[in-house]
Parts: sequence; C-alpha cells; structure tokens
Amino acid sequence: MVQLSAKDQLILDALTSGCVRTCARLISRIERGEPGLVELLRALYMAGGSEKIIGITGPPGAGKSSLVAKVIGVLRRRGNRVAVLAVDPSSPFTGGAILGDRLRMIGHATDPEVFIRSMASRGRLGGLAKKAGDVLTVLSAMPWDFIIVETVGTGQSETEIMHYAAVVVLVQTPMAGDDVQAAKAGINEISDIYVVNKSDHPDADRFRRQLEAMVGLGLRLEGDRLWRPPVVKTQSLVGEGVDELVDQIGQRFRTLAESPELSRQRFRHRLRHRVVEIVREMLERDIQSGNGMLPDSRLEPVLAREKDPYELAREFLSGGT
Amino acid sequence: MQVSERIKVIISMIGLDGHTMGAEVVARLLRDAGIEVVYLGVNQTPEMIVQAAMHEDVEAIGISSHASNYNQVVELVELLEKNDLKHVKVFCGGNIPKHKVVELKDKGIAEVFPPGSSGKKIVETFLNGTRGGKWSN
Repeated sequence: MVQLSAKDQLILDALTSGCVRTCARLISRIERGEPGLVELLRALYMAGGSEKIIGITGPPGAGKSSLVAKVIGVLRRRGNRVAVLAVDPSSPFTGGAILGDRLRMIGHATDPEVFIRSMASRGRLGGLAKKAGDVLTVLSAMPWDFIIVETVGTGQSETEIMHYAAVVVLVQTPMAGDDVQAAKAGINEISDIYVVNKSDHPDADRFRRQLEAMVGLGLRLEGDRLWRPPVVKTQSLVGEGVDELVDQIGQRFRTLAESPELSRQRFRHRLRHRVVEIVREMLERDIQSGNGMLPDSRLEPVLAREKDPYELAREFLSGGT
Repeated sequence: MQVSERIKVIISMIGLDGHTMGAEVVARLLRDAGIEVVYLGVNQTPEMIVQAAMHEDVEAIGISSHASNYNQVVELVELLEKNDLKHVKVFCGGNIPKHKVVELKDKGIAEVFPPGSSGKKIVETFLNGTRGGKWSN
C-alpha cells in the first residue's frame, strides 16, 4: 500500500472524481520536475486501470491534430469522455516552443467532458515528451473513456508511441512515397490502423493499395493473426471516413479484449519499457545531480585507466563502492 | 533534482478578428526567448480562451487585437477572475488608440502594446510579468 499525505490524498480524490483543474496543475508540477511526486504517482497508477490509450502518430502536416478533433467529435457523440495529450517539438536552441495542436481542436474548446493538454517535447527525440509517461499515469487514473496521445510530427524512426498506447494509428498522406518507402522498417511497422488522410487527392487510392500490400506482408505476434491492420481513407477537414476510423479503433480494442494473452503480452512490453524509463530517470538524477552518487573520487581510477567505465557502471548498479 | 522554470503562455486572437500576422510574429519572438507558446489562432471566444488557460495551466495570455474588439479582452479578464484564474496575466497588442490603452489598463489588462512597440519590450514584459524577472535563458 502507498501511504499518502493528506494533501496528496485530496489530489488523488479530486483526480479520480474527474477534476480537470487539479489535473492541469499536477501536470505542470510533473513537467517542472518537482521533487516528491513519486508517492502520488504510485497511488495514481494503482487507481488507474483499463487500457484506453490511443496513439496518433505520423509526419508533420499530415493532419493528425485535425483528425484528432474529428475523432473526439465522434467519440463524444457516442457518449465518451475524452482526454488528449498533444506533443509538439521544443527548440533545440532556446527551449521555446509553438504548441499548435490545440487550435485544430477548437470545436471542443468549451466541452467540459473533453480535456486537451499541449506539451513540449523538451529535447526528447522519440516523438513524445520525457514526462509523457507520468502524465499518462495521471490521466489514466481519471474517469476518461479514452485518452488520445498525439505525437510530434514523426519521421521514420520515432516509434516511442508504441510503448505508451494500447492502439496506435499512423496517419499519412498521398504522395508520401512509393511502395519501397511503405516497406521500410520503423514507423510503418508499429501501427494497428493506417490512415490515408487528405484522401481527396488523386493519388490516394494508389497509396492505400501500396499500404495494404505492405500490411499484408506484416509480421504479427502469435495470437494476433486475425487482426489485419486496416487502411482507412479520411479527410480530416470535413470528417470524411472518421466514423469508420473510430469503428476500427473500437474493433481493435475489442480484438485485444478477446485475446487476453495477447493484451497481456503487449501490456507487459509497455510496462517493461516504462520500468526502464523510470530506472533511467532515477539513475540520471543520482549520477548527474550535484549531490554526487558518483563523485569525482570514484571517477579518478577510470580517468587514470586503472579501471574501466563498464566496471564502474556494474559497481554502481550493484550498489558497491 | 533540477526544477525546470519553463514559462508557458497563450497567444490568441479574440472574436471575429482575422489578422493573424501580429500574433504569429509575437508567438515566434516568445518561442525564440525560450517560452512555450500555446497558439490558439482565430475565432476564439473568451470562454474558449479561459478553458484553454485552465487546461494548459499557463501564466499569461497575449491577445492580438486589430478589430476594435476591446470589450472582449475586458470580458476575458473578468471571466478569468470568475474562474479562479486571476493569477493569469492578460497582455494585449495591436492597433489600439492611446485613450483605449489607459482604459484597458484600468480594467485589469496588465500591459498594452500599441503600434511601434519593440519585440524586445514585448518579450521582456512577458518574462518580467510571469516570473518576477527571475527567469534567465
């Protein structure tokens, strides 16, 4: 059991009953890297539950945010409460950012059953932000029916979303390359559902066929052979194809629910990644920070080449001196 | 642990004001000063901006006004107060006549940037207004 302070208990209660204001403030504290949040996050994980995270990824300008706006619309019509975490890149020079996802979603700007939070990537390169895992722990503890995570505009190798979302949707556009591009490893492989957005383009059907051919060859986990990732054509500005996309997302959640072993396998994979992420963060804090778990004196022998950094790392991990 | 002092603000138009260039230039200036800018664009009502301010937990809101719709900026300030978001400062810029500048400041707008305001001054005002000048790049 996690023992919480009275203050944290209040926050936990507010979140589990859906208080958006509390959620917004806590996300800021997480983003600031405020110390002392671990106990609360532990309790939030325990309070969280059903897997309901949808990842939306794809290259810049493909229409991810506009599509998310329309997906929210369909989910709301079907009676769901929705939270969105939308990540945009930070400047490598100043750390500043233009967070421009929310403006595509203004149709839901005053809906009390929709929460939208923009987040800057702050130097993280995988398509999300360093604190995305903690933020999703918060959102998962709240009574949202679905949580949508929109990545930064991705390239071929930003596949981090697969470690966070239960269902991944890859949004692309026509003219995005030929069948060899579609066959390349990386982001093409991680998706449960493929979207060809801006499908009023004359090249849309050719691109859809290429994707379908590539998906047909796909490598899938044992127990997941029945799911052939569908390719859905959409026009996010007018909402064309979005009902079908939401149907397919729902269908994917159902197939996963009907294959408990497969779901657990995917969940275990995400958890393993999450634990590594937490360990990495703890180590970074212990090693890099001024309080010096790795003081100069321990580095000296390596500097003098009496010891190697691999041995020092092993000692550090096993807690030796 | 290192605590990040990153500042987050909203830049938006309000009402039926379609003149985006000023807001986009200011958003870029703030970005280049290390600020995280939630850019809301056009067709925003005071209610929408208040909800965005609450969701995004921003420290300040910058409104670009080129359509004489000052009363909506005042409405925004009042609505923030009603929603327990009084700590969120509202700045405003655009083709705003001098006598209006005084009036807007009287009604709680933290600073007004008339035509000719320098980018440096705008950035400094945002930085000083949010973290009491403690912020550094």
